[in-house]
Amino acid sequence: MKYAIINRMDMGRWFDSLKDRGKIYGPKKKESAYVFRPIQEFEEMSLKYIPTILPPKKYYFPQKEFLLKFKINPFSTGKAIREFEEFILFGVHTCDIAGIQCMDVVFNEKPADPNYLNRKEKMTIIGLECMDYCDKYASCAAVGTHVYKGGYDIMLTDLGDEYAIHINSEKGDKLVTGKKYIREMNAKDKEKLNKAFEEKLKKFNNEFDGDMERIDKAFEKGFFSPVWKDLGARCVGCTNCTAVCPTCYCFDVVDEVSLNLNDGDRYRVWNYCQMDDFAKVSTGEDFRAGRDARQRHRYYRKFKYSVQKYNKYFCTGCGRCTRTCMAKISLVETINQLLSGKEAK
Amino acid sequence: MKYDQAFQEILSASPYRPMKAKIVKANKVTEHEKFFRIELEGKKELGHLPGQFVQASLFGYGEAPISICSSSTQKEYFDLTVRKLGTVTSALHKLESGDTIGIRGPFGNGFPLDKMLGNNILIVAGGLGIVPLRSLIQYILDKRKDFGEVQILLGCKTPKDMLFGDEIASWQKRADIKFNCTVDKADPDWKGNVGLITSLIPGVTIRPKQTYAVVVGPPIMYKFVILEFLKKEIPARQIIVSLERKMKCGLGKCGHCQIRNVYVCQCGPVFTFEQLREMEGECHEGECHV
Ligand SMILES: Cc1cc2nc3c(=O)[nH]c(=O)nc-3n(C[C@H](O)[C@H](O)[C@H](O)COP(=O)(O)OP(=O)(O)OC[C@H]3O[C@@H](n4cnc5c(N)ncnc54)[C@H](O)[C@@H]3O)c2cc1C
Ligand code: SF4
Ligand code: SF4
Ligand code: FES
Repeated sequence: MKYAIINRMDMGRWFDSLKDRGKIYGPKKKESAYVFRPIQEFEEMSLKYIPTILPPKKYYFPQKEFLLKFKINPFSTGKAIREFEEFILFGVHTCDIAGIQCMDVVFNEKPADPNYLNRKEKMTIIGLECMDYCDKYASCAAVGTHVYKGGYDIMLTDLGDEYAIHINSEKGDKLVTGKKYIREMNAKDKEKLNKAFEEKLKKFNNEFDGDMERIDKAFEKGFFSPVWKDLGARCVGCTNCTAVCPTCYCFDVVDEVSLNLNDGDRYRVWNYCQMDDFAKVSTGEDFRAGRDARQRHRYYRKFKYSVQKYNKYFCTGCGRCTRTCMAKISLVETINQLLSGKEAK
Repeated sequence: MKYDQAFQEILSASPYRPMKAKIVKANKVTEHEKFFRIELEGKKELGHLPGQFVQASLFGYGEAPISICSSSTQKEYFDLTVRKLGTVTSALHKLESGDTIGIRGPFGNGFPLDKMLGNNILIVAGGLGIVPLRSLIQYILDKRKDFGEVQILLGCKTPKDMLFGDEIASWQKRADIKFNCTVDKADPDWKGNVGLITSLIPGVTIRPKQTYAVVVGPPIMYKFVILEFLKKEIPARQIIVSLERKMKCGLGKCGHCQIRNVYVCQCGPVFTFEQLREMEGECHEGECHV
């Protein structure tokens, strides 16, 4: 089976059947925003949601990730995590799946990262297609993440009374086969899905003032653009933009010794290139001084360096950095200013 | 399962896990620097190249990237020289012979030996720059016939700050290398040159096209030394530097060492001046704004 259909009424039933596969995390409303949380019942979730405050990254690249157990005396090292838990991410938007695909290339690149790969091994991704923009901050159409392009086990598309299911892996297949209430997709369903997709595409348009080819060129010659000076003057250095980004993966490594002063853990913790000491060394030399240089670095990591290194944009267009910025810096506006080649306001 | 053995190995072997090593020699060599000779457990070979570095790991304190300052021709042990600056380096300074230390690595690219072979070598070391360069100098001296003319220029603040004094005295005596050194400030016993290291370069005679010029020192020194190299018409791709950046992982992941799209821990710390120019705007002003 590659495509299947499930009735909306049966979603709760299906959700319950997933529980013995592992913990399920899904989107939930929290005050005026949304967050990924452990989910017990299908109804707890808000499947109509705008990107969550933090991306689901926190489950496969936890903010605090244990790397190593150690004993100081006698010197010994051990595995920090005995066993990684199976888990399911439910209702992940295509932009966030693109974020996972970015992380995949980074952590698979040699020397590969066993923590990430172990978590990824145990992760099942059930995606949810967006049929319309979440809000005005997204720029997913520009980078093409508004449509699904692999990287999930199952993709759900809301067709009204039913959900279309696209099965993309063995793991995903196991979750639907043998369920009497899930049937194979027929020609009529397929037509409905195609139609819905066509309708959807009409709603999405490149959010930038130029296509990616032009943006590539703008970054090519934009390193000394006044746009960065302008960002540097407005940015307050809160680091929010990098904390919420699904493709940011910088970290610090820290030791923690237990009360007996002999056993301990070495862990990594999210770290942000927007921190003022991120590139500062112990002699006081700062190799990326200034918020302008640091903001530029963030944008280049999304639109240029990652393309040079991995042939991939590391911006999924999720819009989180814009939604969260204390200084109301907008990614779309910044890119457009860079494209215009004019000095920013 | 469909996953092959290689994948299983990645899942179980962590690149963050340091190897156990023993300090077999520890000497305080100057007011701020301490020298360590280190043996991996089971006398395992580190397998490094001159110019590479290790992450010296001290549980409870953390890790610091430290250059390997002995030649790869020396296989049973390797040397580190550590300047006391912050948390990890201060803790390292408390270690003595017989103590245990964790080692990860070797990391980085090292000096481009295969390209340097057969050429003349001009080495300029400023301050702590002699530490990574010692691995190169020892290597060249061990394989002296594989290289053309070799000249070494050394500069430090005062005679008291000079590292590897005995070894340097032996270099001075050799007939198959030219050695010269200078101090910024002399003391009464000093009989050598006084002045900046750049003052020694004009006096050097070389054939620029057959010369690799290597400079390692504090960032501010690069600009002036590289200018002298360029005046001598040494091609940019034959001017070699080793850069310092903040580092955490050594694995090309944590992002701290990045210069533009380059991860210094993996693609460096050794670069040519040609490469430095491409990093314009992100490297230290002294490094590439020549
Ligand atoms: C490739 C390379 C080779 C080096 N070789 C030597 C050497 O042979 N001898 C020597 O004495 N020093 C060397 N250094 C510098 C040395 O790594 C720093 O002095 C040391 O990391 C400071 O750590 P700390 O914990 O004492 O200082 P803190 O200020 O407490 O720093 C905390 C952490 O920040 C990072 N950090 C701070 N400063 C630096 C820095 N300058 N470079 C990289 N990471 C830093 C480290 O992860 C360090 O553990 C080298 C640096 C690099 C990048
Ligand atoms: S840069 Fe902003 S819009 Fe792009 S992926 Fe990161 S948070 Fe989302
Ligand atoms: S969220 Fe805005 S103010 Fe905060 S660091 Fe990022 S750009 Fe600067
Ligand atoms: S030290 Fe972590 S990426 Fe280079």
